Amino acid sequence: MEFGPYLLLACLEGAVLAAVLALMASGLSLVFGVMRVVNVAHGEFYMLGAVMAWVVTSVLGGGAVINFVAALILAPLIVGALAVLADVTILKRLNYDPERTIVATIGLLYIIQQLALMGYGPEARPVEPPFNTRIALPWVEWGEGGISLYFPWGLSTTSYKLFVIAAAVVLLAALRLFMTRSRAGLIMRATQLDGEMATAFGIPVERVYALVFGAGAALAALAGVLIVPIQQAHYLMGGDALLLSFIVVIIGGLGSLAGTVVAAVLIGMSDGIISVFFTPTLAKIIATLLVALVLVFRPQGLFGVRER
Amino acid sequence: MRGKSWGAVVALHLGLVAVLFALNFVLPVYHQGVLARVMVLAVYAIGYNIAFGYTGLLSLGHAMFFAAGLYGAGLMGLHFGMAAVPAWAFGTGAGALLALVVGALALRTAGVSFMIVTLMFAQAVYLTILYFGDITHGDDGFVVPSVSRTLAGIDLSQQHPRYLVGWALFSAALLFSLWLVRAPFGRVLVAIRENEERARLLGYDTGARKLGALVISGTISAASGAAYGLLFGYVGASFAGVQYSIFALLWVLLGGAGTVLGPFVGTLFMFYLIDLATEVTDAYMLIAGVVLVGLTLFAPQGIVGEVRRRLWRDLP
Repeated sequence: MEFGPYLLLACLEGAVLAAVLALMASGLSLVFGVMRVVNVAHGEFYMLGAVMAWVVTSVLGGGAVINFVAALILAPLIVGALAVLADVTILKRLNYDPERTIVATIGLLYIIQQLALMGYGPEARPVEPPFNTRIALPWVEWGEGGISLYFPWGLSTTSYKLFVIAAAVVLLAALRLFMTRSRAGLIMRATQLDGEMATAFGIPVERVYALVFGAGAALAALAGVLIVPIQQAHYLMGGDALLLSFIVVIIGGLGSLAGTVVAAVLIGMSDGIISVFFTPTLAKIIATLLVALVLVFRPQGLFGVRER
Repeated sequence: MRGKSWGAVVALHLGLVAVLFALNFVLPVYHQGVLARVMVLAVYAIGYNIAFGYTGLLSLGHAMFFAAGLYGAGLMGLHFGMAAVPAWAFGTGAGALLALVVGALALRTAGVSFMIVTLMFAQAVYLTILYFGDITHGDDGFVVPSVSRTLAGIDLSQQHPRYLVGWALFSAALLFSLWLVRAPFGRVLVAIRENEERARLLGYDTGARKLGALVISGTISAASGAAYGLLFGYVGASFAGVQYSIFALLWVLLGGAGTVLGPFVGTLFMFYLIDLATEVTDAYMLIAGVVLVGLTLFAPQGIVGEVRRRLWRDLP
């Protein structure tokens, strides 16, 4: 394959990664923004989403489309409910102290991961995509008769991958509308700005926190359900996903949803393209060092504005 | 605090050192091996405790210092056939240097950012070990050659010399940290942990002291890593992973952050707990998770911290 089509392919794969990453990272960002809690167990909620998708699919045993739709609705609900439970039983009792909640969510990470190992097992299992037509993509060529379109061999994507990108765009737009236009979103933003003042105005801050924590986990689970037909569900899949979402959230500016989305696209796309030129390990080294240095020298993120 | 109670404190710590020495001659082989490992790893926890327990620097990346010692010593043995003492010193020095560089950068941040920055630096070190697989043998790791595992003609892989060298290192680290926390430098560290603004207002250069604490902490962690590689003979990338950073946190929290004996007590308890769990299930890290959550919820002081709170208020 020539370079041009190859780059397009890398961009498409990068866009799928960016879509999933944007969903997952916006969950992490939402939780940090409203609650000031860094949820280290976020990757495990993503893993749980993928595993739940497999569970729902094998319990239901219907057609691929019905299974998938059921998983898309049920898995985030179950995972969100679990997260609410974790918030009420653990995080609330720590008064959301930043350092102690990190230690507690590290504990939560191991509890969820190891319970998944015990219940689900060490195997990686696939989930059938609801539709998976191969779509050949055209590429332009300067021929003798001017511009002509042709279909290079190997340049293709699947309808499912395009669906993942579209679904992420729709969901993120819905999330933004929800945060800016709805009353619940207003309450969340009020709590984010000043928790004490929100309490004084009669906002049940603790209930808001529980719901935000649940919603953040549900977003991660949603990303997990979307990715599982492409990657298989495995009990250790949360680790890399967590690292990538951290990178995205930090580059985008902690707690800023728009920055998170921009950073997800940047990281997702460049991950695809960098991996073409460097080995994945070197790409990861560069990314982790970059994040550390961003936090040291530009704590507001590359796109954020300094607070206050 | 000086006087009678200080004498009792010194007696307690020297007593532990003496008991551990005596145990070498009475313990069955299996438990002697476990205790040797616990003592060397407790040195790592003692190092972590100086940063986390006494200075309030919650690092999530101390495995990089442990690994710097482990690989510094191990690679010198593997590639250059260096003898045990210089290899150990090289590993420890590598850890000190790494701590200086990482500290100079990471200490520009605080709190949650500091945790994430240390986590990211440690991840970069871990990935670097994997990336240079030709030299480090990556995930598989390597066995330290026997030429680096002899000290004055004594084979360190034998159980008694191994135990006694581990004991000597542990005793030195324990007594050093006992001295440090009562020295003026250690007092300032505690002041920084309790209220950094006030410490600065009193005229202390808190930045320099935090860097000093992190370098001491990283150096002790590296000394433990270097000794671990030379005494137990295996060097692998898993020791540099996130899990080993979490272990240090777990051991110190369980034993009691900001107590001299805590790191040893925590390491001992957790080691036997996980040892028992591995016999039952593969998912032994579940125990680590449950203990972490349980500790943050119900006993943030840890075991020795509770003892201090209820029974012995002067315990350092």
